[in-house]
Amino acid sequence: MSTEYEPVIGLEIHVQLATRTKMFCGCDLSFGDPPNTHTCPVCLGLPGTLPVLNARAVHFGVLIGLALGSQIAERSLFHRKNYFYPDLPKGYQISQYDVPLCSGGSLGEVCIHRVHLEEDAAKLVHVGESGRIHGSDRSVVDFNRGGTPLVEIVTEPDLHAPDQAREWLTLLRATLKRLGVSDVNMDEGSLRCDANVSVRPVGSQQLGTKTELKNMNSFRYLERGVRAEIERQIGLLQSGGAVAQETLHFDPASDRLTPLRSKEEAHDYRYFPEPDLVPLVVTGEMHAAAQADLAELPAARAKRFEQQLGLAPDRARELAFRTELGDYYERALAADGHDPVTVANWIPQLVERIGSDADPAQSKVTPEALATLAGMVSAKEVARDAARDVLTRLVAEGGDPRTIVEERGLGSLTADDGGLTEIIDRAIAADPAAAEQVRQGNMRAVGPLVGFVMKETKGRADGGEVARLIRERVG
Amino acid sequence: MSELIDLTAAQAAKLTRAGELDPAELFEAYRARAAGDELNAFTWVADVAPAGPPAAGAPLGGVPLAVKDLFCTEGVPSQAGSRILEGYRPPYTATVVAQLAAGGAPLLGKTNQDEFAMGSSNENSGYGPVLNPWDRSRVPGGSSGGSAAAVAAGLAPWAIGTDTGGSIRQPAALCGIVGLKPTYGACSRYGMIAFASSLDQAGPLTRDVTDAAMLLAHMIGHDERDSTSLPFPGEIALPAREDLRGVRFGVPEELAGDGIEPGVLDSFRATLELAKRLGATVEPCTLPHAPHALSAYYLIAPAEASANLARYDGVRYGLRVDAPDLISMYTRTRSAGFGPEVKRRIMLGTYALSSGYYDAYYGTAQKVRTMIAEDFRAVFEGFDFVVTPTSPWTAFELGAKTADPLAMYLNDFCTVPMPLAGIPAVSIPSGLSAGLPVGFQLAGPAFSESRLLDAAYALEQAIGFDGSAARR
Repeated sequence: MSTEYEPVIGLEIHVQLATRTKMFCGCDLSFGDPPNTHTCPVCLGLPGTLPVLNARAVHFGVLIGLALGSQIAERSLFHRKNYFYPDLPKGYQISQYDVPLCSGGSLGEVCIHRVHLEEDAAKLVHVGESGRIHGSDRSVVDFNRGGTPLVEIVTEPDLHAPDQAREWLTLLRATLKRLGVSDVNMDEGSLRCDANVSVRPVGSQQLGTKTELKNMNSFRYLERGVRAEIERQIGLLQSGGAVAQETLHFDPASDRLTPLRSKEEAHDYRYFPEPDLVPLVVTGEMHAAAQADLAELPAARAKRFEQQLGLAPDRARELAFRTELGDYYERALAADGHDPVTVANWIPQLVERIGSDADPAQSKVTPEALATLAGMVSAKEVARDAARDVLTRLVAEGGDPRTIVEERGLGSLTADDGGLTEIIDRAIAADPAAAEQVRQGNMRAVGPLVGFVMKETKGRADGGEVARLIRERVG
Repeated sequence: MSELIDLTAAQAAKLTRAGELDPAELFEAYRARAAGDELNAFTWVADVAPAGPPAAGAPLGGVPLAVKDLFCTEGVPSQAGSRILEGYRPPYTATVVAQLAAGGAPLLGKTNQDEFAMGSSNENSGYGPVLNPWDRSRVPGGSSGGSAAAVAAGLAPWAIGTDTGGSIRQPAALCGIVGLKPTYGACSRYGMIAFASSLDQAGPLTRDVTDAAMLLAHMIGHDERDSTSLPFPGEIALPAREDLRGVRFGVPEELAGDGIEPGVLDSFRATLELAKRLGATVEPCTLPHAPHALSAYYLIAPAEASANLARYDGVRYGLRVDAPDLISMYTRTRSAGFGPEVKRRIMLGTYALSSGYYDAYYGTAQKVRTMIAEDFRAVFEGFDFVVTPTSPWTAFELGAKTADPLAMYLNDFCTVPMPLAGIPAVSIPSGLSAGLPVGFQLAGPAFSESRLLDAAYALEQAIGFDGSAARR
């Protein structure tokens, strides 16, 4: 019988902070602007220049530490991490090393090892087939990104499955978004995740040899990359091999993991304290300012949605873990005194129509419109199927659901409505056998008759009401 | 002409402020002398005075300033004595240079130096050695050798340099002028091409103590671009003290005995006698860890330099030697651009920081540094100033020490402990030994510059050193 293996996963997350200016100079942050338009002598590493720490970045760092329940160091240090690369104009990165801003803490089931501040490298564009520096024809450097403030969040190896890692990263992303410290956009690189992966026999307390996975720039890639690496490691061990400690590059096109070349990897970074900066001291005032800015975090929000608004746990998390959904939901609730559960059930309908990554606040559907529509369904003013069409129309054109219902005559048909009774009679006439079965008490036979009516009314009638009316007519 | 050149900067400034001397005439007089430099003291000289005369009554009076090459000056070559920065013209000006220009000291020229301030003889310059105006077969000291030689020779009224382990005080001593290294943090380092960030400080090199005080007054102050700069407590007044009554001089036995050349020691002792006659008390004191200062310095400074000089990689500015791949481009560029002493220190520093050696070298050196600072703190409880010879010897012959780096490093023996402790120190000429100038060093607690300059001034008046021979 072969050994069962347990994966052990830790994450290292780099988050670009949404400050106005860079970490150590006054250049504005930018994304997508023409190359090398946001630079100055400091972030270009020109001779004689010196770094000056961005106070806002420190504030965000403290805020993240508080949100994760970390210990905030009263005094932390910046070090120089030395290596040569064209995206690193000083020949060293200013980062925190053995005395980081935040230590410990947790988020959900995962313990946090540390959170520290550092500066981002510039962006290298490799011209040529490989897209990587080796084998490219030439490389050009865009220094706009160089010096962007980053926090690096390092977890303990507390994750044990690829989907769990993905789920947890979603929670972290929501938390950071809620704090307002970052755009946390994986496509644009403002949220980047590396994973340390090892496997061990189930029941073992010892950690296996780990590998570091890079380039997983979406939630899906993270899950796929980690899954592929776990399979690779288990395969190696089962065939009598051993896992080598190395850094692997994930290729999402093939799901393959390839070792980074040693020149890209093997470094003695020769860390030493950055003599151009003084130790970072977090005063009581700075601590209090961060505390005051601490918003309700997604985990707490989900709990509130569940306990105070009566949402099912899954729906509560679905809305709370994506800040923009939670915000949209709460605005819809505020618009009218509608039932929270009903309104909540309409959010996934909206998401389905605008795309799962889109922010509903950016759509043409105002929270007020969605709340109105949900309320109309509850009050049976519009049937559920017709309401779905109304929502589709709202997504396309915006506007007020009441107007759309009126203009397009989508209002519910009821028993008082002569038209509906007439259609029901036609349904019975068209399928007398089914009508007979209903009369004899076979309620399942009502289905085809209701279907006939729904088709004839183009969904304007309420299915339950139609079934009740059919039983009344045949009885 | 010669009359103009014999004025101190303060005297010249007084005349221009009073309208008795045209600053343009003064600038041109020095510009012509600097352009005719035979000492290789300058690497660049202004063609004309910078546009726009200094504001009427500008405190520095339009008296032109020589600036060590490693200060960035917008649009003007700033090469730090290195071939790797040949032709480099920065897009901005160093804070202290800008402050001095605003105070009325326009840029006369850039002065030669040891490459990236690494050296004690100016023989490590990528642009050739500087000659000592007292004897052109000898070195001017370093690394601010060009600034020292220019001021001593009357090619510039005054100059600024930088001091990391003695790079202002030692050349000042060897050239017979005044050199002050301020308290670490007193002057902004923004725009100073870095050698060792935790030690580098800008300071004046001048003909006398009054000129030094005038320049320093415009160099100090917190700069928001330099996180390690500090607001200077109080102001720098012009020194006026004529005596040293009640002033306590401590003579550290570790820095004022063995290894000091006899002629230097004679001048040092004569100056101590003079100090006593002015009312000072002179007692021995001890800096027990000072003998280890040189070892600590030659780990800390190269370690920081190894990182500071990583940016000269051929990617963005300065020299690039093309190659088929990135690593070869780096290697060829740095091999061609750096001189042997710079390479030696980069290797020393890289080694001292490397994994497995950090604690033994860099870590231990930092502990020694703390102990040295503690030694000074203890001494200043009983003394106002620590006094030593500035350099163990007078100016030596060109080439005399180039074959032996360790012998060269001993130049800094008496000057290195102060920057390690972050404290200010000034060197003043105390006389001649065999026709060559000797420097006398006074060091005080952090931010004691005004008192330090006062004491130096009192001594200077009593010594009556005449440096005019070097200006002929």
